[in-house]
Amino acid sequence: MRILVGVKRVIDYAVKVRVRPDKKGVVTDGVKHSMNPFDEIAVEEAIRLKEKKIAKEVVALSIGPTQAQETLRTALAMGADSAIHVEVPAGELERVQPLHVSRIISKLATEGKFDLVMVGKQAIDDDCNQTAQMTAAMLDWPQATFASKVEKDGDYLKVTREIDGGLETIKVGVPAVISADLRLNEPRYATLPNIMKAKKKPIKKMKASELGVDLTPTIEVISVEDPPVRAAGIKVDDVDTLIAKLKEAGRV
Amino acid sequence: QSTLVVAEHADSKLNAATLSAVTAAKQVGHEITCIVAGADCKQVAAELSKVGGVSKLLVAEDAALEGLLPERVAPVLLAAHKQFNFSHIIAGATAFGKSVLPRVAAKLDVSPISDITGIQAPDTFVRTIYAGNAIQTLKAKDAVKVLTVRGTSFEPAEVSGGSAAPEPLTVEVDKNSSEYIGQELSKSDRPELTSASNVVSGGRGLKSGDNFELLYKLADKLNAAVGASRAAVDAGFVSNDMQVGQTGKIIAPDLYVAVGISGAIQHLAGMKDSKTIVAINKDAEAPIFQVADLGLVADLFKAVPEMTEKL
Repeated sequence: MRILVGVKRVIDYAVKVRVRPDKKGVVTDGVKHSMNPFDEIAVEEAIRLKEKKIAKEVVALSIGPTQAQETLRTALAMGADSAIHVEVPAGELERVQPLHVSRIISKLATEGKFDLVMVGKQAIDDDCNQTAQMTAAMLDWPQATFASKVEKDGDYLKVTREIDGGLETIKVGVPAVISADLRLNEPRYATLPNIMKAKKKPIKKMKASELGVDLTPTIEVISVEDPPVRAAGIKVDDVDTLIAKLKEAGRV
Repeated sequence: QSTLVVAEHADSKLNAATLSAVTAAKQVGHEITCIVAGADCKQVAAELSKVGGVSKLLVAEDAALEGLLPERVAPVLLAAHKQFNFSHIIAGATAFGKSVLPRVAAKLDVSPISDITGIQAPDTFVRTIYAGNAIQTLKAKDAVKVLTVRGTSFEPAEVSGGSAAPEPLTVEVDKNSSEYIGQELSKSDRPELTSASNVVSGGRGLKSGDNFELLYKLADKLNAAVGASRAAVDAGFVSNDMQVGQTGKIIAPDLYVAVGISGAIQHLAGMKDSKTIVAINKDAEAPIFQVADLGLVADLFKAVPEMTEKL
């Protein structure tokens, strides 16, 4: 089995984002970026499937500017065998929608004869939570989203999913698309020798147009603004005062 | 121009998220068709037919729809769309809605818009990005708008005044690619987290799953649901369905009591629209105090039992 795993370069989760003065997006220049944490979990799971001999090969894919290669190097240092970089200039990146990303992934999955596509359940920048589902639809493959456990079961993969009321178990035939939820695994740290080795692993570069994917946006961002600020509250000294204030407010 | 609302249900009960989706559909302003798909949905259909503002009700019943697998539900929705050519397709932003609607959108070659919090015009929507740290207003140019809506931003529609008669919709369901095995749902006598008026939530400060007992006692006094931070779920104190936050449940109760929760931005994204926020934490510098209306710097192991006793 060959796995294609998608990794997105996003503003690091610990950075407090700031809205740009033009109100069309957030400040990205000079801001620390890293791999989308959910994608890191997807990479880890793909590598574990390889270590368990369920998968033969893991290829990482990133769509973005030159710096997306740093994100790919991280995936390679974690254990991916090779990588594909679909170059999109930084200036155009903001207009790329999950619809476009899914088209690119599905084209590459078909051309590369992959058996499994893995991605994080959502990116922590746009919080869309769409790419796995749309890729599966375009490929006409089954989907197992929000996975918290993946096991091989004969010709099928048995996947435990995190749903609103608890957990759900499904079986999907391969080829399939899986999206990783938080508790699927704890991603490993790349070791120095593996970081050195990753520098020698191949990254294939290509453009969306070479795949026949048109990146014309169908969504126009009208504005991006700061959320309303909550009025400052007060500190109380003890439980009695807390209960009295709650009674005053009619909450208890 | 008409809107399709996709109903969600479990155990023959309609999910409240569907009623929020109906409210969103009313704001769009076009005629509303509701569709319910499942192995057994007569009861849900009966409930839906009472919802005011719904003028048409499609019912797709098939044993193969048990578990509502997206590979099987999406073709049903697409068949309905083919027949009626909707301008909008709307569902709640739940695990179900988020699984199925992007799949439908991809088949229609349009961009779905996830988790909207507002509708400014039939093609202009508001949603949050970066875990609620920025608010985006966007215009969708696709012919069909496929939307999931955040329940806390749209009041549930009334289950009264409606008179749509259920009409069967028959669709050939492909059973090959995936199979539903089962669900392990958490059982609780307390109110449901996403619809409760009061919520008590615990974080890493609780130190163990056993200590959540303190919160359950307080919750029983307040008739509250119990939630948790990601840290508490990751540490294995409680199950995943209790997680409040960016990737867990997004809630806005009247009263939210955060106990032993530091207040990471990912957690705040899930609860900062609550009407009154109470924080109990021994660390006076914890970020949760920045959003709390009432903060108590105290040892939770003393303060929570005291509060339970005095309420």
